[in-house]
Amino acid sequence: MKVAFSTSGNTLNDPLDRRFGRAPKFLVYDTETESFDVVDNEQNLNAPQGAGIQSAQIVAGTGAGHLVTGHCGPNAFKVLQAAGIKIYNAEAATIADALKLFLAGALKPSGSADVEGHWV
Amino acid sequence: MILAVASGKGGTGKTTVSANLARVAGQHVQLLDCDVEQPNAHLFLKGTLHSREEVCVPVPRVDESLCTGCGECSSFCRFHAIASLDTGAIVFPELCHGCGGCSLVCPRKAITEQDHRIGVIEIFKTGSMTLIQGKLDIGAAMASSLIRAAKARLSREISAILDTPPGTSCPVITAIRDADLVILVTEPTPFGLHDLKLAVDMVRELEIPHGVVINRVGSGDDRARVYCRENHIPVLMEFPEDREIAQAYSKGELIVDTLPVYRRPFENLLSKSLEFHQSSIRSDEHADL
Repeated sequence: MKVAFSTSGNTLNDPLDRRFGRAPKFLVYDTETESFDVVDNEQNLNAPQGAGIQSAQIVAGTGAGHLVTGHCGPNAFKVLQAAGIKIYNAEAATIADALKLFLAGALKPSGSADVEGHWV
Repeated sequence: MILAVASGKGGTGKTTVSANLARVAGQHVQLLDCDVEQPNAHLFLKGTLHSREEVCVPVPRVDESLCTGCGECSSFCRFHAIASLDTGAIVFPELCHGCGGCSLVCPRKAITEQDHRIGVIEIFKTGSMTLIQGKLDIGAAMASSLIRAAKARLSREISAILDTPPGTSCPVITAIRDADLVILVTEPTPFGLHDLKLAVDMVRELEIPHGVVINRVGSGDDRARVYCRENHIPVLMEFPEDREIAQAYSKGELIVDTLPVYRRPFENLLSKSLEFHQSSIRSDEHADL
């Protein structure tokens, strides 16, 4: 099972980024091998619009079935949901903390976007 | 001739200048309200509605039975208006600029286009003046598309005054592009000057002749005047900070109708603008030689 985290860093000790669409990177953790890959999302930092949509496609492309992030807007949510990815809103400081919560079953999948879009 | 009235900062008096200029033009003139997110020139020029038409942009419709989820459409779309997954494509009509690129790049010809309404164009007649206004629907974001559609309604036979949105972003560029002259309205404050500089950079980039109107003189200091002098930008007119102007404005009255003392300054602004336009044509011809 693969779990994606929004982040600005490259390790498990780096912060969980509160933003989804404009997170600089995604860390994708594989619970079976207990290893991870980091996927770049820099191109969406300055996207004029639709950053969440594009980021959702990137996460879908990693094969992750779960996404742990701070907040998720309506367009990103729509794409993630269509891709069958479960979304968890977390307040954890680091990815390691968020992963611990996720593995303990302390995070509940979100049924809707938790913030407004920035565009419409 | 197309005369556009623009400003970097909002609330400097674009509508006041353009509506009063249109009134003193005293001949057949078109006033185009390009501030489609909040058109307000109609509040000052009470006319009768002549026509109203819908404006749409073509947005993609994906035939799911043909889509293979290859991703060509989504990687082409720089506005991220179409997302592609293994299971198919998802369209976000409100983000679509209607370029039609996705339907061209789709290898399966799975994408056709359908109209997505973004707003209306209303035409009012008042005396010898025609007021054309674009009105963007609530929730719609494609201001530039609506501005282009509104500009397409202009008659080339008659002079036009364009009231534009504030700022220097895409809708403003769309509005002032192909104008013969841009009047930049500013106020003598730090904020006013900061945004005037941005607006001057914009019109210089577009190579459109431009002059400045300083509004509410007396409310700030000398900085706008000094900046224009140092940068060789003609100040076409100055209007004082005057409570009576604000009162007339708040009642939806044109200054030139309510406060006759301002009729002459607006007539002067119009004739100076025409002269400036003529001289910029002459200097262009000179440069061509």
